[in-house]
Amino acid sequence: MSRLLLNKRFALSGLLLLVLVLPLITSNAYMIRILILTFIWTIAVYGLNLLAGYTGYLSLAHAGFFALGAYTLAILTVTVGLSYWLAFILTLVFTSIVGALIGMIALRTREHFFAIYTLCVGYIIYLIIYNWEGMTGGVRGFIGIPSPGSIGPLEFNSQISNYYLVLFFLVLTIVVIYRIVHSLQGRTFMAIRNSEDLAKTIGISTTKNKLIAFILSTFFAGLAGALFASFTRFIGPEISNITMTFDFLVYLLIGGIGTLSGPVIGTFIIVWISQELQFLQDYRMLVFGPILVILIIFAPRGISGFIIDWNLKRKAKKQQIESMKDMENNQEVKEG
Amino acid sequence: MLKLNNVSVNYGAFTAVKNVDIEVHPGEIVVLLGSNGAGKSTTFNSISGLNKPSSGEILYDEQNIVGFPPDQIVNLGIIQCAEGRNLFPGMTVQENLMMGGYVHRKNKIHVKERLEEVYEMFPILKEKHNESAGSLSGGQQQMVAIGRALMGDPQYMLLDEPSIGLAPLIVEQMFAKIKQINDGGTSILLAEQNANAALKIADRGYVFENGQIAVQGTAEELLTNEEVRKAYIGA
Repeated sequence: MSRLLLNKRFALSGLLLLVLVLPLITSNAYMIRILILTFIWTIAVYGLNLLAGYTGYLSLAHAGFFALGAYTLAILTVTVGLSYWLAFILTLVFTSIVGALIGMIALRTREHFFAIYTLCVGYIIYLIIYNWEGMTGGVRGFIGIPSPGSIGPLEFNSQISNYYLVLFFLVLTIVVIYRIVHSLQGRTFMAIRNSEDLAKTIGISTTKNKLIAFILSTFFAGLAGALFASFTRFIGPEISNITMTFDFLVYLLIGGIGTLSGPVIGTFIIVWISQELQFLQDYRMLVFGPILVILIIFAPRGISGFIIDWNLKRKAKKQQIESMKDMENNQEVKEG
Repeated sequence: MLKLNNVSVNYGAFTAVKNVDIEVHPGEIVVLLGSNGAGKSTTFNSISGLNKPSSGEILYDEQNIVGFPPDQIVNLGIIQCAEGRNLFPGMTVQENLMMGGYVHRKNKIHVKERLEEVYEMFPILKEKHNESAGSLSGGQQQMVAIGRALMGDPQYMLLDEPSIGLAPLIVEQMFAKIKQINDGGTSILLAEQNANAALKIADRGYVFENGQIAVQGTAEELLTNEEVRKAYIGA
Protein backbone atom coordinates (compact mmCIF):
# COMPACT_ATOMS: atom_id res chain seq x y z
CA MET A 1 0.00 0.00 0.00
CA SER A 2 2.68 2.51 1.02
CA ARG A 3 4.84 1.36 -1.86
CA LEU A 4 1.97 1.95 -4.23
CA LEU A 5 1.51 5.41 -2.76
CA LEU A 6 5.22 6.11 -3.12
CA ASN A 7 5.16 4.94 -6.73
CA LYS A 8 2.20 7.20 -7.36
CA ARG A 9 3.95 10.20 -5.81
CA PHE A 10 7.05 9.42 -7.85
CA ALA A 11 5.07 9.19 -11.09
CA LEU A 12 3.21 12.41 -10.31
CA SER A 13 6.35 14.44 -9.56
CA GLY A 14 7.96 13.02 -12.71
CA LEU A 15 4.99 14.10 -14.78
CA LEU A 16 4.95 17.55 -13.24
CA LEU A 17 8.69 17.95 -13.87
CA LEU A 18 8.18 16.90 -17.50
CA VAL A 19 5.49 19.50 -18.20
CA LEU A 20 7.57 22.11 -16.35
CA VAL A 21 10.70 21.67 -18.49
CA LEU A 22 8.91 20.83 -21.75
CA PRO A 23 8.89 24.39 -23.17
CA LEU A 24 12.64 24.62 -22.46
CA ILE A 25 13.53 21.48 -24.44
CA THR A 26 11.22 21.94 -27.40
CA SER A 27 10.91 24.87 -29.76
CA ASN A 28 7.77 23.48 -31.39
CA ALA A 29 5.40 26.41 -30.91
CA TYR A 30 2.47 24.46 -32.35
CA MET A 31 2.89 21.71 -29.75
CA ILE A 32 3.07 24.24 -26.93
CA ARG A 33 -0.11 25.84 -28.23
CA ILE A 34 -1.94 22.50 -28.27
CA LEU A 35 -0.69 21.77 -24.75
CA ILE A 36 -1.97 25.10 -23.46
CA LEU A 37 -5.39 24.41 -24.98
CA THR A 38 -5.35 20.91 -23.46
CA PHE A 39 -4.62 22.36 -20.02
CA ILE A 40 -7.57 24.73 -20.43
CA TRP A 41 -9.95 21.95 -21.55
CA THR A 42 -8.79 19.87 -18.60
CA ILE A 43 -9.75 22.60 -16.14
CA ALA A 44 -13.23 22.73 -17.68
CA VAL A 45 -13.53 18.92 -17.59
CA TYR A 46 -12.64 18.92 -13.88
CA GLY A 47 -15.61 21.22 -13.30
CA LEU A 48 -17.89 18.88 -15.21
CA ASN A 49 -16.50 15.90 -13.28
CA LEU A 50 -17.38 17.42 -9.93
CA LEU A 51 -21.04 17.71 -10.94
CA ALA A 52 -21.57 14.81 -13.37
CA GLY A 53 -18.98 12.44 -11.93
CA TYR A 54 -19.12 12.96 -8.18
CA THR A 55 -22.63 14.29 -7.65
CA GLY A 56 -24.33 12.36 -10.46
CA TYR A 57 -25.96 15.27 -12.28
CA LEU A 58 -25.06 15.37 -15.96
CA SER A 59 -25.07 19.00 -17.05
CA LEU A 60 -25.06 19.65 -20.79
CA ALA A 61 -24.73 23.42 -20.33
CA HIS A 62 -21.04 23.20 -19.57
CA ALA A 63 -19.82 24.77 -22.83
CA GLY A 64 -22.37 27.53 -22.21
CA PHE A 65 -20.71 28.40 -18.92
CA PHE A 66 -17.28 28.05 -20.52
CA ALA A 67 -18.34 30.61 -23.15
CA LEU A 68 -19.96 32.77 -20.48
CA GLY A 69 -16.56 33.00 -18.76
CA ALA A 70 -14.78 33.75 -22.02
CA TYR A 71 -17.22 36.44 -23.17
CA THR A 72 -17.52 38.04 -19.74
CA LEU A 73 -13.76 38.46 -19.60
CA ALA A 74 -13.74 39.86 -23.14
CA ILE A 75 -16.50 42.37 -22.43
CA LEU A 76 -15.08 43.45 -19.07
CA THR A 77 -11.57 44.03 -20.43
CA VAL A 78 -12.36 45.47 -23.88
CA THR A 79 -15.82 47.07 -23.71
CA VAL A 80 -15.77 48.15 -20.05
CA GLY A 81 -12.02 48.67 -19.99
CA LEU A 82 -11.24 47.16 -16.60
CA SER A 83 -7.72 46.05 -15.72
CA TYR A 84 -7.13 42.40 -16.58
CA TRP A 85 -6.97 40.77 -13.17
CA LEU A 86 -9.91 42.71 -11.78
CA ALA A 87 -11.92 41.61 -14.82
CA PHE A 88 -10.64 38.06 -14.30
CA ILE A 89 -11.91 37.90 -10.71
CA LEU A 90 -15.23 39.56 -11.63
CA THR A 91 -15.64 37.00 -14.42
CA LEU A 92 -15.32 34.13 -11.94
CA VAL A 93 -17.79 35.79 -9.56
CA PHE A 94 -20.26 36.55 -12.35
CA THR A 95 -20.14 33.02 -13.83
CA SER A 96 -20.71 31.53 -10.38
CA ILE A 97 -23.67 33.82 -9.72
CA VAL A 98 -25.28 32.94 -13.06
CA GLY A 99 -24.53 29.31 -12.24
CA ALA A 100 -26.29 29.67 -8.89
CA LEU A 101 -29.39 31.21 -10.47
CA ILE A 102 -29.63 28.61 -13.24
CA GLY A 103 -28.76 25.80 -10.83
CA MET A 104 -31.61 26.74 -8.49
CA ILE A 105 -34.09 26.13 -11.30
CA ALA A 106 -32.31 23.30 -13.12
CA LEU A 107 -31.84 21.23 -9.95
CA ARG A 108 -35.58 20.96 -9.48
CA THR A 109 -35.30 18.30 -12.18
CA ARG A 110 -33.25 15.13 -12.05
CA GLU A 111 -31.70 12.45 -14.23
CA HIS A 112 -32.50 12.80 -17.94
CA PHE A 113 -34.83 15.73 -17.30
CA PHE A 114 -31.87 17.57 -15.79
CA ALA A 115 -29.75 16.70 -18.82
CA ILE A 116 -32.45 17.95 -21.20
CA TYR A 117 -33.03 21.12 -19.18
CA THR A 118 -29.33 21.99 -19.10
CA LEU A 119 -29.06 21.15 -22.80
CA CYS A 120 -31.64 23.88 -23.41
CA VAL A 121 -29.82 26.30 -21.10
CA GLY A 122 -26.63 25.71 -23.07
CA TYR A 123 -28.43 26.33 -26.33
CA ILE A 124 -30.01 29.54 -25.04
CA ILE A 125 -26.57 30.83 -24.03
CA TYR A 126 -25.38 29.97 -27.55
CA LEU A 127 -28.31 31.83 -29.13
CA ILE A 128 -27.72 34.91 -26.98
CA ILE A 129 -24.04 35.04 -27.90
CA TYR A 130 -24.83 34.41 -31.56
CA ASN A 131 -27.54 37.06 -31.83
CA TRP A 132 -26.49 39.85 -29.45
CA GLU A 133 -24.14 41.41 -31.99
CA GLY A 134 -23.75 44.75 -30.22
CA MET A 135 -22.31 43.07 -27.15
CA THR A 136 -20.65 39.88 -28.36
CA GLY A 137 -19.83 40.61 -31.97
CA GLY A 138 -22.26 37.89 -32.99
CA VAL A 139 -21.12 35.50 -35.68
CA ARG A 140 -18.03 37.64 -36.45
CA GLY A 141 -16.68 36.87 -33.02
CA PHE A 142 -14.97 39.03 -30.40
CA ILE A 143 -11.56 40.37 -31.41
CA GLY A 144 -8.72 42.00 -29.51
CA ILE A 145 -8.98 40.45 -26.06
CA PRO A 146 -5.83 41.37 -24.10
CA SER A 147 -3.29 38.85 -22.85
CA PRO A 148 -3.23 38.39 -19.09
CA GLY A 149 -1.89 41.53 -17.44
CA SER A 150 1.48 41.43 -15.73
CA ILE A 151 1.74 40.66 -12.02
CA GLY A 152 4.71 42.66 -10.71
CA PRO A 153 7.69 41.64 -12.82
CA LEU A 154 5.82 38.68 -14.39
CA GLU A 155 4.52 39.42 -17.87
CA PHE A 156 2.27 37.10 -19.82
CA ASN A 157 2.58 38.30 -23.40
CA SER A 158 4.67 35.41 -24.76
CA GLN A 159 3.40 31.93 -25.46
CA ILE A 160 5.75 30.30 -22.96
CA SER A 161 4.69 32.60 -20.13
CA ASN A 162 1.07 31.80 -20.97
CA TYR A 163 1.97 28.12 -20.84
CA TYR A 164 3.18 28.48 -17.26
CA LEU A 165 0.23 30.63 -16.24
CA VAL A 166 -2.30 28.10 -17.52
CA LEU A 167 -0.29 25.24 -16.04
CA PHE A 168 -0.37 27.05 -12.70
CA PHE A 169 -4.16 27.27 -12.83
CA LEU A 170 -4.44 23.63 -13.87
CA VAL A 171 -2.32 22.46 -10.94
CA LEU A 172 -4.29 24.74 -8.62
CA THR A 173 -7.54 23.25 -9.97
CA ILE A 174 -6.32 19.69 -9.41
CA VAL A 175 -5.20 20.49 -5.85
CA VAL A 176 -8.52 22.17 -5.01
CA ILE A 177 -10.56 19.32 -6.52
CA TYR A 178 -8.40 16.77 -4.67
CA ARG A 179 -9.08 18.58 -1.39
CA ILE A 180 -12.81 18.77 -2.08
CA VAL A 181 -13.12 15.11 -3.06
CA HIS A 182 -11.28 13.96 0.06
CA SER A 183 -13.28 16.16 2.41
CA LEU A 184 -16.68 15.62 4.01
CA GLN A 185 -18.05 17.86 1.26
CA GLY A 186 -16.77 15.43 -1.36
CA ARG A 187 -18.26 12.43 0.43
CA THR A 188 -21.51 14.37 0.67
CA PHE A 189 -21.52 14.74 -3.14
CA MET A 190 -20.86 11.00 -3.50
CA ALA A 191 -23.61 10.19 -1.03
CA ILE A 192 -26.04 12.17 -3.20
CA ARG A 193 -24.82 10.34 -6.32
CA ASN A 194 -25.22 7.02 -4.57
CA SER A 195 -28.79 7.59 -3.42
CA GLU A 196 -30.49 10.88 -2.84
CA ASP A 197 -33.10 9.41 -0.46
CA LEU A 198 -30.42 7.72 1.61
CA ALA A 199 -28.46 10.97 1.76
CA LYS A 200 -31.59 12.73 3.01
CA THR A 201 -32.21 10.15 5.74
CA ILE A 202 -28.80 10.85 7.28
CA GLY A 203 -29.52 14.56 7.35
CA ILE A 204 -27.88 15.89 4.19
CA SER A 205 -29.67 18.85 2.62
CA THR A 206 -29.51 17.60 -0.95
CA THR A 207 -30.90 20.84 -2.37
CA LYS A 208 -28.09 22.88 -0.85
CA ASN A 209 -25.29 20.46 -1.67
CA LYS A 210 -26.38 19.90 -5.26
CA LEU A 211 -26.38 23.67 -5.70
CA ILE A 212 -22.84 23.85 -4.27
CA ALA A 213 -21.70 21.23 -6.79
CA PHE A 214 -23.42 23.10 -9.63
CA ILE A 215 -21.83 26.43 -8.69
CA LEU A 216 -18.38 24.83 -8.34
CA SER A 217 -18.71 23.27 -11.77
CA THR A 218 -19.69 26.59 -13.38
CA PHE A 219 -16.83 28.27 -11.52
CA PHE A 220 -14.27 25.96 -13.14
CA ALA A 221 -15.99 26.28 -16.53
CA GLY A 222 -15.78 30.07 -16.18
CA LEU A 223 -12.12 29.87 -15.14
CA ALA A 224 -11.28 27.76 -18.20
CA GLY A 225 -13.28 30.12 -20.42
CA ALA A 226 -11.51 33.22 -19.11
CA LEU A 227 -8.10 31.61 -19.66
CA PHE A 228 -9.18 30.52 -23.15
CA ALA A 229 -10.27 34.04 -24.11
CA SER A 230 -7.05 35.70 -23.06
CA PHE A 231 -4.90 32.98 -24.60
CA THR A 232 -6.53 32.84 -28.05
CA ARG A 233 -7.47 36.56 -27.89
CA PHE A 234 -10.27 35.89 -30.34
CA ILE A 235 -13.48 34.02 -29.52
CA GLY A 236 -16.54 33.08 -31.56
CA PRO A 237 -19.98 31.78 -30.62
CA GLU A 238 -18.99 28.20 -31.53
CA ILE A 239 -17.26 27.79 -28.15
CA SER A 240 -20.70 27.76 -26.52
CA ASN A 241 -22.02 25.16 -28.94
CA ILE A 242 -23.32 21.82 -27.75
CA THR A 243 -20.54 20.03 -29.69
CA MET A 244 -18.11 21.63 -27.26
CA THR A 245 -20.03 20.20 -24.30
CA PHE A 246 -19.89 16.78 -25.90
CA ASP A 247 -16.14 17.16 -26.42
CA PHE A 248 -15.78 17.79 -22.67
CA LEU A 249 -18.04 14.85 -21.95
CA VAL A 250 -16.06 12.51 -24.21
CA TYR A 251 -12.81 13.54 -22.52
CA LEU A 252 -14.41 12.81 -19.15
CA LEU A 253 -15.97 9.48 -20.15
CA ILE A 254 -12.81 8.14 -21.75
CA GLY A 255 -10.55 9.33 -18.94
CA GLY A 256 -12.89 8.10 -16.23
CA ILE A 257 -15.97 9.81 -14.86
CA GLY A 258 -15.96 10.24 -11.10
CA THR A 259 -12.20 9.69 -10.77
CA LEU A 260 -9.52 12.22 -9.88
CA SER A 261 -7.13 11.47 -12.73
CA GLY A 262 -9.83 10.89 -15.36
CA PRO A 263 -10.06 14.47 -16.71
CA VAL A 264 -6.29 14.74 -17.25
CA ILE A 265 -5.96 11.29 -18.82
CA GLY A 266 -9.02 11.59 -21.06
CA THR A 267 -8.31 15.10 -22.33
CA PHE A 268 -4.66 14.40 -23.12
CA ILE A 269 -5.31 11.10 -24.84
CA ILE A 270 -8.18 12.34 -26.99
CA VAL A 271 -6.47 15.59 -27.96
CA TRP A 272 -3.34 13.62 -28.83
CA ILE A 273 -5.23 11.05 -30.90
CA SER A 274 -7.19 13.71 -32.75
CA GLN A 275 -3.92 15.49 -33.54
CA GLU A 276 -2.48 12.26 -34.92
CA LEU A 277 -5.60 11.60 -36.98
CA GLN A 278 -5.86 15.10 -38.39
CA PHE A 279 -5.36 13.86 -41.96
CA LEU A 280 -8.75 12.13 -41.66
CA GLN A 281 -10.47 15.49 -41.05
CA ASP A 282 -14.08 15.02 -39.96
CA TYR A 283 -13.88 11.27 -40.57
CA ARG A 284 -12.01 11.16 -37.24
CA MET A 285 -15.40 10.72 -35.64
CA LEU A 286 -15.65 7.36 -37.41
CA VAL A 287 -12.72 6.29 -35.25
CA PHE A 288 -13.91 7.94 -32.04
CA GLY A 289 -17.45 6.59 -32.17
CA PRO A 290 -16.56 2.90 -31.97
CA ILE A 291 -13.80 3.56 -29.40
CA LEU A 292 -16.32 5.29 -27.18
CA VAL A 293 -18.91 2.52 -27.56
CA ILE A 294 -16.36 -0.21 -26.80
CA LEU A 295 -15.10 1.71 -23.79
CA ILE A 296 -18.58 2.28 -22.35
CA ILE A 297 -19.31 -1.43 -22.67
CA PHE A 298 -16.08 -2.79 -21.23
CA ALA A 299 -14.86 0.03 -19.00
CA PRO A 300 -17.83 2.17 -17.99
CA ARG A 301 -15.66 4.11 -15.58
CA GLY A 302 -13.12 4.98 -18.29
CA ILE A 303 -9.40 4.31 -18.41
CA SER A 304 -8.75 5.58 -14.92
CA GLY A 305 -11.68 3.68 -13.39
CA PHE A 306 -10.59 0.52 -15.19
CA ILE A 307 -7.11 0.72 -13.65
CA ILE A 308 -8.54 1.44 -10.18
CA ASP A 309 -10.94 -1.53 -10.36
CA TRP A 310 -8.21 -3.79 -11.68
CA ASN A 311 -5.91 -2.84 -8.80
CA LEU A 312 -8.70 -3.46 -6.29
CA LYS A 313 -9.39 -6.89 -7.76
CA ARG A 314 -5.72 -7.79 -7.59
CA LYS A 315 -5.54 -6.65 -3.99
CA ALA A 316 -8.63 -8.67 -3.06
CA LYS A 317 -7.13 -11.77 -4.69
CA LYS A 318 -3.88 -11.29 -2.79
CA GLN A 319 -5.81 -10.96 0.47
CA GLN A 320 -7.74 -14.12 -0.28
CA ILE A 321 -4.56 -16.08 -0.94
CA GLU A 322 -3.02 -14.74 2.27
CA SER A 323 -6.01 -15.63 4.40
CA MET A 324 -6.01 -19.12 2.86
CA LYS A 325 -2.33 -19.46 3.76
CA ASP A 326 -3.15 -18.32 7.29
CA MET A 327 -5.79 -20.99 7.57
CA GLU A 328 -3.39 -23.64 6.33
CA ASN A 329 -0.79 -22.51 8.84
CA ASN A 330 -3.31 -22.67 11.66
CA GLN A 331 -4.27 -26.15 10.63
CA GLU A 332 -0.63 -27.20 10.61
CA VAL A 333 -0.19 -25.80 14.09
CA LYS A 334 -3.22 -27.70 15.30
CA GLU A 335 -2.11 -30.90 13.67
CA GLY A 336 1.43 -30.46 14.99
CA MET B 1 -43.69 11.74 21.85
CA LEU B 2 -44.06 10.85 18.20
CA LYS B 3 -47.65 10.78 17.07
CA LEU B 4 -49.30 10.19 13.70
CA ASN B 5 -52.80 11.64 13.51
CA ASN B 6 -55.08 10.32 10.79
CA VAL B 7 -52.26 10.18 8.22
CA SER B 8 -52.98 9.24 4.59
CA VAL B 9 -50.45 8.99 1.78
CA ASN B 10 -51.33 8.86 -1.92
CA TYR B 11 -49.16 7.94 -4.86
CA GLY B 12 -51.18 9.48 -7.65
CA ALA B 13 -54.59 7.82 -7.54
CA PHE B 14 -53.30 4.95 -5.38
CA THR B 15 -53.73 5.28 -1.62
CA ALA B 16 -50.75 3.58 0.04
CA VAL B 17 -51.62 4.53 3.63
CA LYS B 18 -55.09 5.43 4.84
CA ASN B 19 -56.14 7.19 8.07
CA VAL B 20 -53.34 5.81 10.21
CA ASP B 21 -52.93 6.70 13.90
CA ILE B 22 -49.69 5.68 15.59
CA GLU B 23 -48.14 6.72 18.88
CA VAL B 24 -44.63 6.12 20.12
CA HIS B 25 -44.01 7.20 23.70
CA PRO B 26 -40.50 8.04 24.91
CA GLY B 27 -38.55 4.90 25.77
CA GLU B 28 -40.86 2.51 23.93
CA ILE B 29 -40.25 -0.06 21.23
CA VAL B 30 -43.26 -0.06 18.93
CA VAL B 31 -43.48 -2.57 16.11
CA LEU B 32 -45.35 -2.25 12.81
CA LEU B 33 -46.28 -5.66 11.48
CA GLY B 34 -47.50 -6.34 7.99
CA SER B 35 -46.67 -8.03 4.72
CA ASN B 36 -44.80 -6.44 1.80
CA GLY B 37 -46.62 -3.44 0.41
CA ALA B 38 -48.89 -3.06 3.44
CA GLY B 39 -47.69 0.53 3.93
CA LYS B 40 -44.95 0.26 6.54
CA SER B 41 -42.16 1.78 4.49
CA THR B 42 -44.48 4.49 3.18
CA THR B 43 -45.34 5.41 6.75
CA PHE B 44 -41.63 5.56 7.62
CA ASN B 45 -40.86 7.76 4.64
CA SER B 46 -43.63 10.15 5.64
CA ILE B 47 -42.21 10.49 9.14
CA SER B 48 -38.71 11.07 7.66
CA GLY B 49 -40.05 13.70 5.28
CA LEU B 50 -39.16 11.75 2.14
CA ASN B 51 -42.76 11.85 1.00
CA LYS B 52 -45.55 14.13 2.05
CA PRO B 53 -48.81 12.83 3.49
CA SER B 54 -51.86 13.99 1.57
CA SER B 55 -53.70 14.53 4.85
CA GLY B 56 -53.23 14.21 8.58
CA GLU B 57 -50.48 15.42 10.87
CA ILE B 58 -47.27 14.02 12.28
CA LEU B 59 -46.56 15.46 15.70
CA TYR B 60 -43.16 15.42 17.32
CA ASP B 61 -43.36 16.81 20.84
CA GLU B 62 -46.58 18.68 19.94
CA GLN B 63 -44.99 20.18 16.79
CA ASN B 64 -46.41 19.26 13.38
CA ILE B 65 -43.43 18.21 11.24
CA VAL B 66 -45.35 17.56 8.02
CA GLY B 67 -43.62 19.54 5.27
CA PHE B 68 -40.30 19.80 7.10
CA PRO B 69 -37.34 18.93 4.84
CA PRO B 70 -35.74 15.54 5.69
CA ASP B 71 -32.47 17.01 6.96
CA GLN B 72 -34.35 19.15 9.47
CA ILE B 73 -36.24 16.09 10.73
CA VAL B 74 -32.92 14.28 11.22
CA ASN B 75 -31.70 17.34 13.11
CA LEU B 76 -34.73 17.09 15.40
CA GLY B 77 -33.62 13.57 16.31
CA ILE B 78 -35.82 11.32 14.18
CA ILE B 79 -33.55 9.09 12.16
CA GLN B 80 -34.49 6.34 9.76
CA CYS B 81 -32.36 3.28 9.17
CA ALA B 82 -33.54 2.32 5.71
CA GLU B 83 -34.48 -1.15 4.57
CA GLY B 84 -32.17 -3.40 2.63
CA ARG B 85 -28.91 -2.44 4.36
CA ASN B 86 -28.58 0.62 2.20
CA LEU B 87 -24.91 1.55 2.50
CA PHE B 88 -22.52 3.73 0.51
CA PRO B 89 -20.74 0.89 -1.29
CA GLY B 90 -17.69 2.86 -2.39
CA MET B 91 -16.88 3.98 1.15
CA THR B 92 -15.18 2.11 3.96
CA VAL B 93 -17.05 1.00 7.09
CA GLN B 94 -15.72 3.96 9.05
CA GLU B 95 -16.55 6.44 6.29
CA ASN B 96 -20.09 5.08 6.20
CA LEU B 97 -20.41 5.55 9.96
CA MET B 98 -18.91 9.04 9.77
CA MET B 99 -21.52 10.00 7.16
CA GLY B 100 -24.12 9.13 9.79
CA GLY B 101 -22.61 11.82 12.00
CA TYR B 102 -23.22 14.37 9.27
CA VAL B 103 -25.69 16.41 11.32
CA HIS B 104 -23.07 16.83 14.05
CA ARG B 105 -20.23 17.60 11.61
CA LYS B 106 -19.34 20.85 13.39
CA ASN B 107 -18.79 19.01 16.69
CA LYS B 108 -15.90 16.70 15.85
CA ILE B 109 -15.31 15.55 19.43
CA HIS B 110 -18.93 14.48 19.76
CA VAL B 111 -18.77 12.52 16.48
CA LYS B 112 -15.61 10.76 17.67
CA GLU B 113 -17.27 9.79 20.96
CA ARG B 114 -20.29 8.47 19.11
CA LEU B 115 -18.01 6.46 16.84
CA GLU B 116 -16.36 4.84 19.86
CA GLU B 117 -19.79 4.00 21.30
CA VAL B 118 -20.84 2.39 18.03
CA TYR B 119 -17.60 0.38 17.95
CA GLU B 120 -18.23 -0.69 21.52
CA MET B 121 -21.64 -1.95 20.55
CA PHE B 122 -20.42 -3.67 17.37
CA PRO B 123 -16.75 -4.62 17.98
CA ILE B 124 -16.54 -6.43 14.64
CA LEU B 125 -17.00 -3.09 12.88
CA LYS B 126 -13.92 -1.68 14.57
CA GLU B 127 -11.96 -4.67 13.32
CA LYS B 128 -13.20 -4.05 9.79
CA HIS B 129 -13.29 -0.25 9.91
CA ASN B 130 -10.99 0.13 6.93
CA GLU B 131 -12.71 -2.38 4.67
CA SER B 132 -15.09 -1.46 1.91
CA ALA B 133 -18.67 -1.62 3.17
CA GLY B 134 -19.69 -3.71 0.16
CA SER B 135 -17.35 -6.55 1.17
CA LEU B 136 -19.09 -7.27 4.50
CA SER B 137 -21.55 -10.07 5.22
CA GLY B 138 -25.27 -9.35 5.42
CA GLY B 139 -25.36 -9.16 9.20
CA GLN B 140 -22.33 -6.91 9.35
CA GLN B 141 -23.83 -4.61 6.72
CA GLN B 142 -26.96 -4.34 8.85
CA MET B 143 -24.75 -3.43 11.81
CA VAL B 144 -23.16 -0.65 9.75
CA ALA B 145 -26.61 0.61 8.76
CA ILE B 146 -27.80 0.67 12.37
CA GLY B 147 -24.48 2.11 13.55
CA ARG B 148 -24.73 4.85 10.96
CA ALA B 149 -28.21 5.80 12.20
CA LEU B 150 -26.89 5.80 15.79
CA MET B 151 -24.13 8.21 14.81
CA GLY B 152 -26.78 10.89 14.36
CA ASP B 153 -27.80 10.58 18.03
CA PRO B 154 -31.48 9.72 17.45
CA GLN B 155 -34.23 10.34 19.98
CA TYR B 156 -36.49 8.22 17.82
CA MET B 157 -35.05 5.58 15.52
CA LEU B 158 -37.07 4.16 12.64
CA LEU B 159 -35.82 0.67 11.79
CA ASP B 160 -37.16 -0.76 8.55
CA GLU B 161 -36.98 -4.56 8.46
CA PRO B 162 -33.58 -5.05 10.11
CA SER B 163 -33.97 -8.84 10.01
CA ILE B 164 -34.59 -9.14 6.29
CA GLY B 165 -32.39 -11.76 4.64
CA LEU B 166 -30.45 -12.63 7.78
CA ALA B 167 -29.82 -16.08 9.25
CA PRO B 168 -31.99 -16.91 12.31
CA LEU B 169 -29.08 -16.80 14.74
CA ILE B 170 -27.99 -13.38 13.45
CA VAL B 171 -31.60 -12.15 13.66
CA GLU B 172 -31.66 -13.04 17.34
CA GLN B 173 -28.42 -11.13 17.96
CA MET B 174 -29.75 -8.18 15.98
CA PHE B 175 -32.89 -7.96 18.11
CA ALA B 176 -30.80 -8.17 21.28
CA LYS B 177 -28.81 -5.17 20.02
CA ILE B 178 -32.00 -3.28 19.24
CA LYS B 179 -33.17 -3.90 22.80
CA GLN B 180 -29.80 -2.66 24.03
CA ILE B 181 -30.13 0.54 21.98
CA ASN B 182 -33.60 1.04 23.44
CA ASP B 183 -32.29 0.53 26.98
CA GLY B 184 -29.83 3.33 26.23
CA GLY B 185 -32.78 5.71 25.93
CA THR B 186 -33.61 5.70 22.22
CA SER B 187 -37.26 5.15 21.37
CA ILE B 188 -37.71 2.75 18.48
CA LEU B 189 -40.31 2.31 15.78
CA LEU B 190 -39.67 -1.02 14.13
CA ALA B 191 -41.17 -2.36 10.91
CA GLU B 192 -41.00 -6.13 10.75
CA GLN B 193 -42.37 -9.26 9.14
CA ASN B 194 -40.73 -11.45 11.72
CA ALA B 195 -43.56 -10.95 14.24
CA ASN B 196 -42.36 -13.45 16.78
CA ALA B 197 -38.92 -11.99 17.29
CA ALA B 198 -40.13 -8.40 17.11
CA LEU B 199 -43.01 -8.77 19.58
CA LYS B 200 -40.67 -10.37 22.12
CA ILE B 201 -38.76 -7.11 22.56
CA ALA B 202 -41.59 -4.67 21.75
CA ASP B 203 -43.91 -2.84 24.13
CA ARG B 204 -46.75 -2.35 21.69
CA GLY B 205 -47.59 -3.08 18.09
CA TYR B 206 -49.76 -2.23 15.11
CA VAL B 207 -50.74 -4.60 12.32
CA PHE B 208 -50.94 -3.08 8.84
CA GLU B 209 -53.23 -4.48 6.20
CA ASN B 210 -53.67 -2.80 2.82
CA GLY B 211 -52.46 0.53 4.15
CA GLN B 212 -54.72 0.54 7.18
CA ILE B 213 -54.25 -0.50 10.77
CA ALA B 214 -56.18 -3.72 11.28
CA VAL B 215 -55.20 -4.61 14.84
CA GLN B 216 -53.31 -2.84 17.58
CA GLY B 217 -52.39 -3.59 21.16
CA THR B 218 -49.65 -4.44 23.60
CA ALA B 219 -47.06 -6.99 22.60
CA GLU B 220 -48.67 -9.68 24.79
CA GLU B 221 -52.09 -9.01 23.32
CA LEU B 222 -50.76 -9.32 19.78
CA LEU B 223 -48.78 -12.44 20.58
CA THR B 224 -51.94 -14.13 21.83
CA ASN B 225 -54.24 -12.64 19.18
CA GLU B 226 -55.65 -15.46 17.09
CA GLU B 227 -55.57 -13.58 13.76
CA VAL B 228 -52.06 -12.25 14.26
CA ARG B 229 -50.78 -15.68 15.18
CA LYS B 230 -52.35 -17.16 12.10
CA ALA B 231 -51.09 -14.49 9.71
CA TYR B 232 -47.60 -13.78 11.02
CA ILE B 233 -46.44 -16.43 13.41
CA GLY B 234 -47.95 -19.47 11.78
CA ALA B 235 -48.99 -21.35 14.88
